[in-house]
Amino acid sequence: MERNEILEKLNEIFRDVFDDDSITVTEETTSSDIEDWDSLTHITLISEVEDEFDIKFAMKEVVGMKNVGEMVDIIEREA
Amino acid sequence: MDFVQLKKNCKKDASAFPGYRLALLGDCATQHLAMALKGAAYEEGIALSVFDADYNQLDAQTLDPSSELYEGKPQGVVLCLCTEKLYEAFTLSSDRAGFADATFRKIKGYWDRINAHLSVSILQFTFVERDDRVFGNYALKEETSFYYQVKKLNLLIAEGTRLVKNVYPVDVDSLERRLGRDKFSDPKLYAIAKMPFSLEALPLVAFETVGIVKALMGRFKKCVVLDLDNTLWGGVIGDDGMEGIQIGELGTGHAFTELQRWLKELKNRGIILCVCSKNNENTAKEPFEKHPEMILRLDDISLFVANWHDKASNIRYIQKTINIGMDSIVFLDDNPFERNLVKQTVEGITVPDLPEDPADYLPYLQSLNLFETTSYSENDRDRTKQYQAEIGRILLEQSFESFDDYLKGLDMVAEAKSFDPFHYPRIAQLTQRSNQFNLRTVRYTEAEIEKIAGDERYLTLYFTLKDKFGDHGLISVVILEKRERELFVHEWLMSCRVLKRGMEEFIVNKMIETAKEYGYASVVGEYIKTPKNAMVETIYAKLGFTDRGDHTFVADCATFQPNKTFIKE
Repeated sequence: MERNEILEKLNEIFRDVFDDDSITVTEETTSSDIEDWDSLTHITLISEVEDEFDIKFAMKEVVGMKNVGEMVDIIEREA
Repeated sequence: MDFVQLKKNCKKDASAFPGYRLALLGDCATQHLAMALKGAAYEEGIALSVFDADYNQLDAQTLDPSSELYEGKPQGVVLCLCTEKLYEAFTLSSDRAGFADATFRKIKGYWDRINAHLSVSILQFTFVERDDRVFGNYALKEETSFYYQVKKLNLLIAEGTRLVKNVYPVDVDSLERRLGRDKFSDPKLYAIAKMPFSLEALPLVAFETVGIVKALMGRFKKCVVLDLDNTLWGGVIGDDGMEGIQIGELGTGHAFTELQRWLKELKNRGIILCVCSKNNENTAKEPFEKHPEMILRLDDISLFVANWHDKASNIRYIQKTINIGMDSIVFLDDNPFERNLVKQTVEGITVPDLPEDPADYLPYLQSLNLFETTSYSENDRDRTKQYQAEIGRILLEQSFESFDDYLKGLDMVAEAKSFDPFHYPRIAQLTQRSNQFNLRTVRYTEAEIEKIAGDERYLTLYFTLKDKFGDHGLISVVILEKRERELFVHEWLMSCRVLKRGMEEFIVNKMIETAKEYGYASVVGEYIKTPKNAMVETIYAKLGFTDRGDHTFVADCATFQPNKTFIKE
């Protein structure tokens, strides 16, 4: 899967999880860019992404992810 | 329905729904669960507010009399305890064989403390029974294994809920078994965030819990309306005939037998079964009467409707006749067309989309958990009989031209007897409970009733009534006080179940007869007003007594004309 394809799918998931259609994520997006992106929503987000791409994040990936780009890296590698 | 959808529901306006206040206490992270509960409640038409206590605040919230838990006055408290934490405690315990007992005492302590401060329902999660595989299969043989202790603990909780009546188990363990361990929890979510449930498991846990809340709010299923052809048996009775329908050994019959067995169990639990079929009535009833392998028989069915009207009308007729809410009825039909018609035109009814293959009917219906309840008593077993009798009376009433003809057709027989020891408890209970048909509302204990029964200054009467549909039992109590030349009606009450059948008339006639028998000239009655007994304010005047203006009424034995009644003695 191409990186932009992954990013597009991620964008849908973000909009769904945060219930906000104005969100547009880029590889540089971090949790401080989205108001509701706290540790609780992070878990929801992770679970939804796992579901959508049929992958499992490792524990250290879940806690270590710095931005959306790193999420795309992992998906690109695993999916 | 997935977690994200439930989460979105939390933002929706639920103000039109009835509300319920829940407190959620756990020894794990419960924020996601709180959202799932709220979202699931929205799906079920409940405006749920959830007080989600901070992480592991069980002791603080239950010990402090001014805690948020107690100040919030919730209607329900969910105790969500997780197996992960339990295992930690187990590994630190020095008395492993006594671990389940000790843990149960701790949990019972929560219940007792909550009950000392609040009048609530407590929803206690069971522990997920996970084996740590330290002993392998030998764990079941070894009392000090974790697996043995966690199983024992769940059983202790179950037994405990039998004793502490306001505690209801939520069997989270069975949910993990249904979904499978790998899906039910995500080890990294517990490691990172102390979340014992995966996002996939949360809706399951939430709907199961909300199901109990619904039942606590009085919203539960009471009746199943059944289609016949290809639902209760394979084939079409009108075409295939008795020998051709598949039930029991024939063809795919076993699947239908299993479904019927289950329905019969529901009936024994107190769920009313009705039939709604497009068929000629005689044809439809034949298998119930004559097929040797049918499990359900005619006397299992409270109301049997087989005709060629549309099913929606027939269901409305059934609902009116048995007089319960449409939202307490489940309709089972194999035909998607009929199901759709009923779904779209009958508001509130539950219509499960039965799978195509009859072999899947039963597992599917069981997976829906439609029959959640918060009580069960011996009385529930007889419910079908009670409904059948009541429905018989209603149908008879509809078939008669006049009300008198109906009353005659009931073949009512009453008994009037002096109080006897066997009936003291029931008589006392009636004097304590009757509010509406109660002339003076004097309450008696069992001991007082016994005293009056042996007191020469009183004449006592109790009345029973039965008709061709069943026995109402003891339904009225009269205590007559002997005064100089008159009998004074010290107590007269009657169960409202038998109102307007001529029983009031029968009783008054009996009072006069009794007075004559003992040589009294008149009977005097009195009405003492309460907020609830307006229905009998003028009853003496209506039944031949003369109003003396001071809320007392007199009937002269010599001139009294007996009231008309169709009740025989």
